[in-house]
Amino acid sequence: MPASVGWVWLVIVLPFLGFLVNGTLSFVRPDAKRVVSAVGVGVLALSFVVALVVTGGVVAHPPHGHPYVLTLWSWMPAGSLQIDAALQVDQLSTVMMLVVTGISTLIHIFSIGYMREDPGYPRYFAYLNLFVFFMLILVLGASFPVMFVGWEGVGLCSYLLIGFWYENKPFADAGKKAFIMNRIGDFGFLVAMFMIFHATGSLSFVTVFEEAPQLFAVGGTTITLITLALFMGCTGKSAQIPLFTWLPDAMAGPTPVSALIHAATMVTAGVYLVARANVLFAMAPVSSLVVAATGAATALFAATIAVKQWDIKKVLAYSTISQLGYMFMGVGVGAYAAGIFHLTTHAFFKALLFLGSGSVIHALHHAFHATHRHDDAQDMRNMGGLRRYMPWTAALMWIATLAIAGVPGFSGFFSKDEILAMTFARGQEAGVFYVLWIVGAVAALLTAFYMTRMMLYTFHGPTRTGEEEERHLHEAPWVMTGPLLFLGIGSVVAGVLNLPAVLPGSGWLHHFLEPVTEGSTAYLPEFHLASATEWALLGLATLIAAAGILGAWNFLKPALLQPASLATPESGLQRILLRKWYVDEIYDALVIRPIMWLSERTFWKVVDVGVIDGVLVNGSAKTARAVGWIGSRLQSGRVATYVFFFVLGSILVLRALLR
Amino acid sequence: MLLGPSLTVSLILFSIGVAGVLIRRNAIIVFMCIELMLNAVNLSFIALAQQLGREGQVIVFFVMAVAAAEATVGLAIMIAIYRHKNSLNVTELNLLRG
Amino acid sequence: MTHVEIVFWITAVVAIASAFLCITRRSPVASALWLVSTMFALAVMFLLLDAHFIAAMQVLVYAGAIMVLFLFVIMLLNVGRASSSDMVGWVGRLVMAAIAVVLAAELWVLSRAGPSADVRLGAESVSQLAAEQGAVGMIGESLFRVFLVPFEITSVLLLAAIVGAVVLAKRRL
Repeated sequence: MPASVGWVWLVIVLPFLGFLVNGTLSFVRPDAKRVVSAVGVGVLALSFVVALVVTGGVVAHPPHGHPYVLTLWSWMPAGSLQIDAALQVDQLSTVMMLVVTGISTLIHIFSIGYMREDPGYPRYFAYLNLFVFFMLILVLGASFPVMFVGWEGVGLCSYLLIGFWYENKPFADAGKKAFIMNRIGDFGFLVAMFMIFHATGSLSFVTVFEEAPQLFAVGGTTITLITLALFMGCTGKSAQIPLFTWLPDAMAGPTPVSALIHAATMVTAGVYLVARANVLFAMAPVSSLVVAATGAATALFAATIAVKQWDIKKVLAYSTISQLGYMFMGVGVGAYAAGIFHLTTHAFFKALLFLGSGSVIHALHHAFHATHRHDDAQDMRNMGGLRRYMPWTAALMWIATLAIAGVPGFSGFFSKDEILAMTFARGQEAGVFYVLWIVGAVAALLTAFYMTRMMLYTFHGPTRTGEEEERHLHEAPWVMTGPLLFLGIGSVVAGVLNLPAVLPGSGWLHHFLEPVTEGSTAYLPEFHLASATEWALLGLATLIAAAGILGAWNFLKPALLQPASLATPESGLQRILLRKWYVDEIYDALVIRPIMWLSERTFWKVVDVGVIDGVLVNGSAKTARAVGWIGSRLQSGRVATYVFFFVLGSILVLRALLR
Repeated sequence: MLLGPSLTVSLILFSIGVAGVLIRRNAIIVFMCIELMLNAVNLSFIALAQQLGREGQVIVFFVMAVAAAEATVGLAIMIAIYRHKNSLNVTELNLLRG
Repeated sequence: MTHVEIVFWITAVVAIASAFLCITRRSPVASALWLVSTMFALAVMFLLLDAHFIAAMQVLVYAGAIMVLFLFVIMLLNVGRASSSDMVGWVGRLVMAAIAVVLAAELWVLSRAGPSADVRLGAESVSQLAAEQGAVGMIGESLFRVFLVPFEITSVLLLAAIVGAVVLAKRRL
């Protein structure tokens, strides 16, 4: 192990230190915003620097076969269950570590401006630091349980930050919804861990993945069940069908939180998990197909909803779900490097989009606040023409939009195209992959369309904010636009990490990740596309992006849009899309109401009140009182009686002894 | 060999003590009956010690010491009770009634 | 029947008769004096059973100190007169006597069983030891070697009893 890799624990400890300091300050000095900002951002920046050093060590001495495992202490030594608190450093965790620390640092800086006037400022930074701490445990853990600690920890932080403004009941409810839906997925993760331990007798990544080929039959029932249970955890954490409805509600949290947790890092944990367990998934073709199909379906489904949302953050939320669907499609078809590649590029442009929307909301909120209006600062119908007031934000968000839409040259083009190309390549093996490819392509078309729609309604056309308010609109401070600039650069150039095979210098990330994914290559067909086919796919992707953007540009007329308060209600398909295919209502009717009914009518009124309170609690109390009454009658207080019974008792005991 | 007769005498004395405790109501006499029971037990210790070794006699020594302590404290308690209730009748001492 | 046995039976009868009188006399003073008689009889029995030191202690501590204490208290509280409420009624007496008889029967069965094989302690007999070390030396050696700690604890117990008795009996400290 190179000496620099040994410092990896520092990457994790620094954010935790920040959490401790900021958490303490939130109680003792809530007004010390300068100190809080310095600590909150400082630990992250330092952590990023250490992560770079560790990455340098990994690049200089790449681990082959065995990843670097740094065992800190023995965590659960219980018989045959030996779990160490250990960190695993290999190419995959390095990439994730850099993404997490890098994007977090930028978002922390942005938060200084965005949360400046919030009374919960230190608490916010404490939570954010804690989140980064857990996220790093998640990506650096060397075993399933350690990863699970991070997995649960980020869920906790997600809950805390969604419900950050907990005085507002819907916001607190959104936090609970996210937490509960994640529990459903976590159940799958736990079951998977139990099954893995039962089958392999170990839970550390190195052992499990090395022994899996000997222990499991390819496509066998055990491995399929394990991977499906793991994927169930992923659907919860990464907001895939059927557990995706929490993510749009999670937009109740502060916008930088949406950018960090609900776009760039936490929600990608599921993709990371599949990529990490690539050996297991490759050995279970059925599960992999489920992963890919779920991803493709989610990508299309979420994209259709995003087309008709008015809330700028909801558009981005559904866009995130859709893009996560792409990532799962990638890892599902066995293109693990492509999935991680899209994860990385997506982290840049989606963080940029969210932070940009944060700037917009920030500006609108201030304008409304200055004129004491109570309109929705997130509704695009109240925006329009903002590029005149916020040129930097507009330009940078256009970069991100072009990236996510898949315009050639931008990062999203390469990553999304690679996933689609890989899916297409698998088509030679089974026709179902062509179907997935078509679904993905349609979703890509919709992506280009709804992103352009969002940009048009937000930044172009006439300003619908109101004449009085327009004078208060202005560009965000440099502390907010600065991080946007860095993310903008990332959104453009991140594509060079993994260029398509037909271009020179191609596939760097793919080759970098090869030691991690090589265990799975034996079970996957070789992806091979003819050069001409690949060019054709690239061309087609370009056409799709252009069609989406130009379609939106031509068909949508921002000038005709009414402000939210004057808008007429939608009807027909538009209404269905606006109401998100009524998924929440369906879940409410199918799951929540029956459970509530059962809880209230059976568990509360009958079981709790009748059995537990009535029979068990009050019943035992009454029994005890009755017995006690009898006992108290025996306590006559007369010593002579006591002696009499004592002697009688002694006689009986003696009699028993004499037997 | 006086072991058997001694044990018989011991158990008769002990039973008389028990009967005394049961039929008397005067606390001081009840107390004396307890002393009688202790003496009966001492007799069996001494009788067994003759056969089994001197440890029995040492135990009797300790019993005497403890009995002395017990008598001291017990009689002091009686004095306190008598001052309080002006009686030593055990049937009237029922403060512990449930 | 040897003369030791004759003396033993005489003292046994005296002890049992005195004990019976002790629990049946109405006057507490009479009861106490009959108890003293029992204790003297027991002291004689201890002598016959080779426990000379204990016999002396019986006379000194029990018949002497403890019983004098009892008499003191009886006189002090002026409860020396016989009172009718001192004893339970005839039915009660019969029941209690029956219980005592049952207890005696059980104890008698128990005493027939004899000591179990694994409680035999000393190899040499007590009379032999007493001849070698003297009656007091025999007890003293055991007391200050084997039972030193209990012995010391007993002294603490007696001290505590003294303090307790003073605290309880004194009206005002």
